[in-house]
Amino acid sequence: MRFTTITSPHSDRPNSVRKTMLLVILALMPGAAAMIWFFGWGILINMLLASVTAVACEALAMRLRKRPVLPVVGDFSAVLTALLFAVAVPPLLPWWLTVLGVAFAILMVKQIYGGLGYNPFNPAMAAYVLLLVSYPVQMTSWLPPAMLNEYPLTFLQSASVIFTGALPDGLDWDTLTMATPLDAMFTQLDQSRMLSEILTQPLWGDFGGRGWEWAGNWFLLGGLFLLYKRVISWHIPVSMLGSLLVIAMLFHFLDQEAYPFGMFHIFTGGTLLGAFFIATDPVSACTTRKGQLLYGASIGLLVFIIRTWGGYPDAVAFAVLLMNMAAPTIDYYTQPRAFGHPGAGRD
Amino acid sequence: MSKQKHTLYRFHGGLHLPDNKSQSLKLPLEQVALPKQLIIPLQQHIGESAEPLVKVGDHVLKGDMLAKPQGYVSAPVHASSSGTVVAIEAQPIPHPSGLRADCVVIETDGKETWGNQLEPMPDYREVDPSLVRERIRNAGIVGMGGAAFPASVKLTPGQENPIHTLIINGAECEPYITCDDLLMQTQAEKILLGVDIIRRLVGAERCLFGIEDNKPKAIEQIQLAVNEAGFDWISVIAIPTLYPSGGEKQLIKVLTDQEIPSGSIPAKIGMLCHNVTTAFAIAEAVVDGKPLISRYVTVTGNGVRQPRNLEALIGTPVAALIAQAGGYTDQVTKLIVGGPMMGFTLTTDQVPVTKATNCLLAADSHEAPDPGPALPCIRCGRCADACPANLLPQQMYWYARAKDLEKVQEYNLFDCIECGCCSHVCPSHIPLVQYFRFAKTESWAQEKEQRAAERARQRHEAQLARKERLEAERKAKLRKKKEALKKPVRKQPDSDVAGAEADPKKAAIAAALKRAAEKKAKLAEQGIAPKNQANLSDSQQKAIDRADQRRTENQTDAVTSEKQGE
Repeated sequence: MRFTTITSPHSDRPNSVRKTMLLVILALMPGAAAMIWFFGWGILINMLLASVTAVACEALAMRLRKRPVLPVVGDFSAVLTALLFAVAVPPLLPWWLTVLGVAFAILMVKQIYGGLGYNPFNPAMAAYVLLLVSYPVQMTSWLPPAMLNEYPLTFLQSASVIFTGALPDGLDWDTLTMATPLDAMFTQLDQSRMLSEILTQPLWGDFGGRGWEWAGNWFLLGGLFLLYKRVISWHIPVSMLGSLLVIAMLFHFLDQEAYPFGMFHIFTGGTLLGAFFIATDPVSACTTRKGQLLYGASIGLLVFIIRTWGGYPDAVAFAVLLMNMAAPTIDYYTQPRAFGHPGAGRD
Repeated sequence: MSKQKHTLYRFHGGLHLPDNKSQSLKLPLEQVALPKQLIIPLQQHIGESAEPLVKVGDHVLKGDMLAKPQGYVSAPVHASSSGTVVAIEAQPIPHPSGLRADCVVIETDGKETWGNQLEPMPDYREVDPSLVRERIRNAGIVGMGGAAFPASVKLTPGQENPIHTLIINGAECEPYITCDDLLMQTQAEKILLGVDIIRRLVGAERCLFGIEDNKPKAIEQIQLAVNEAGFDWISVIAIPTLYPSGGEKQLIKVLTDQEIPSGSIPAKIGMLCHNVTTAFAIAEAVVDGKPLISRYVTVTGNGVRQPRNLEALIGTPVAALIAQAGGYTDQVTKLIVGGPMMGFTLTTDQVPVTKATNCLLAADSHEAPDPGPALPCIRCGRCADACPANLLPQQMYWYARAKDLEKVQEYNLFDCIECGCCSHVCPSHIPLVQYFRFAKTESWAQEKEQRAAERARQRHEAQLARKERLEAERKAKLRKKKEALKKPVRKQPDSDVAGAEADPKKAAIAAALKRAAEKKAKLAEQGIAPKNQANLSDSQQKAIDRADQRRTENQTDAVTSEKQGE
């Protein structure tokens, strides 16, 4: 009898890329559902449209690169990128911008570097930033949260707006949309209005923007699920949220009328989504534990800096991309001390 | 005496694996029936192969030495049963390479007749340690935890690092394997005798006996035996079940919080680590005079009908063990020697059990699936989390793939113990350990090549230097010669002697003239004149004188002109 031979270990492998990606997608669902609940069907339409585009682009790239298509599409990494992009962009983003963004993410940010595992930048965030700087109007036209929305759109109306650009009768963009809480906050702070005054507006809930804080909660829940499943480690989210919270609280303490309180930063905008789903993207983040702490803390710091003094209200995408650039260097200088080696490693 | 409380420490990483140990412990230990042929490899240990002492046709008895050690790091091999040597030739052996190696093949006679056994030493405490050490060496005992390093070498510690702590490894952390567990359950007293012998040989003050806590019966039996023997210097310590706690470095870390310095051995920090089975074999050799000719082997996995532990003679074909475990099931796909994490696969069961064979895992496609194609690394870092050596496997993988050996060594490649944790957890199913083995082999090859190149360069330089030296010597000689020749030209000879010294031709002429003149004078003295010159007329005499004069002048001229023409 002859047996097949392979090298050790011979165990059944508990993990797979597909399983990992599916777990992240699963963990994203509560937050995504909350986004749909608060910001309408457009979010769902964007998720579907982005996913289809991502899979098509991935398949196209594999065909062009003369590689097998199915195993790569089947790893669900492209779908995950698409979903992350879709929950980050406005609900009524014109369809061609979604297609453009996702195609850019998959073809130019991911596949051009060699596909999964080789991209130095987070594809979803790179696409988000591309669109934000190229189409600032469309990318900042957010709907009000459900409780403030006087003109909720049906699924078909949303689809019609997205695919044809035609608004329902009697509505225009100005009545339909409003500034995001972050935009509203920092625009008014720039106009030297007092924080206490700004916070009397109906836009605000207990911690952050109404609706946003709840979507944030559900992203947090998904993140805790990923931690429990050990898909991600605590280092990046904790250091990112921690540094953002600490520095925000410090400034708020120094001037309570000019700087929003710490929880505002956590529960508004894309902070929680970013902390658990974006910054933890293993491909583009730091991999050493010490490096991850530094990486996360730097993102938190950058988010605060860009939000407070920068030109764009939300800053997670910029902060993540900036730190993506630094990740390899941070990794190099934060290698752990190997077993049996003296001192605290190569510093 | 009750169990002492012992502080335990943790190493980085490690895995909780499904241990799959119960399957092989359901049936009691059994002897493997004597096979028709025993195939005994000459090299069953790390180091030099043993040198055969027998030839084809010899009749050997059980326990006879078949081959003697060659060199210091080597071990003898013995006949596991009586019979006739029918061949000494290359046979398939259990080795990851699948290559053949020299073996002594014995056709057994079924009589199991013992040969001249070694003298039992029940009073080993009174015996000179050097004799005990020699006994262990002659009994062919090697480390039986898997590495198969000759035991006697480890028992001869250097003076510079005195051993204070003896570590006995009863962790047996690989899934499926239970032979050490069963040995501890059934042979506790003898194991402790072996531990005592080792302790005496190396002069250790205490012994930490580490057993993973998934072996409660073994812990109980060993503790019982310790109490009975009154060995209060042994601490039996239950350690958490976490793969690879049975790795020497990890075990020492867990028990003592000390790390063996990279690239060093436990002796460096005053420790010595031996496996329980080695201790048992040492006791058998010293106390009973039995050389290492058999061992416990776990035969398990979904690929055999009756998983169990067997005591097999060294040299028994693996197929015989499988048969005794009920034969293969239909699901068997792989045959693994050792555990699933570090063992290697066999292509055939026509290989013998060796001193290092602790487990035969006949696995089905669920237990040991084919890994399928590797996907790209997504840098998730799980490998680094799992690595007990606290390395960064994904970085090492990257550089190993790029064949950047320098870089991969910078990431401490040689601290990798090849435990397989990183490969096991990798979601992309990248065979990381294989890359690291590859990088190590390449590094060794490169080092060897560099050494060879260095030697060649030195040889070449020496050759060039020799050529240059010879050339310089030749030139110096020539110059000397030229100078020697030039000297007389510069100043004219001022005397005949000086001239004679300088020119042999002139000297010969001068000598001839002198002889002629002397002869003439002698003759004249005696009053003898040449007859042809007697009675010469004046004119005749004058003519002769002129001729003489001319001759003299001519000769001088000739010499001078010759010189000037040089």
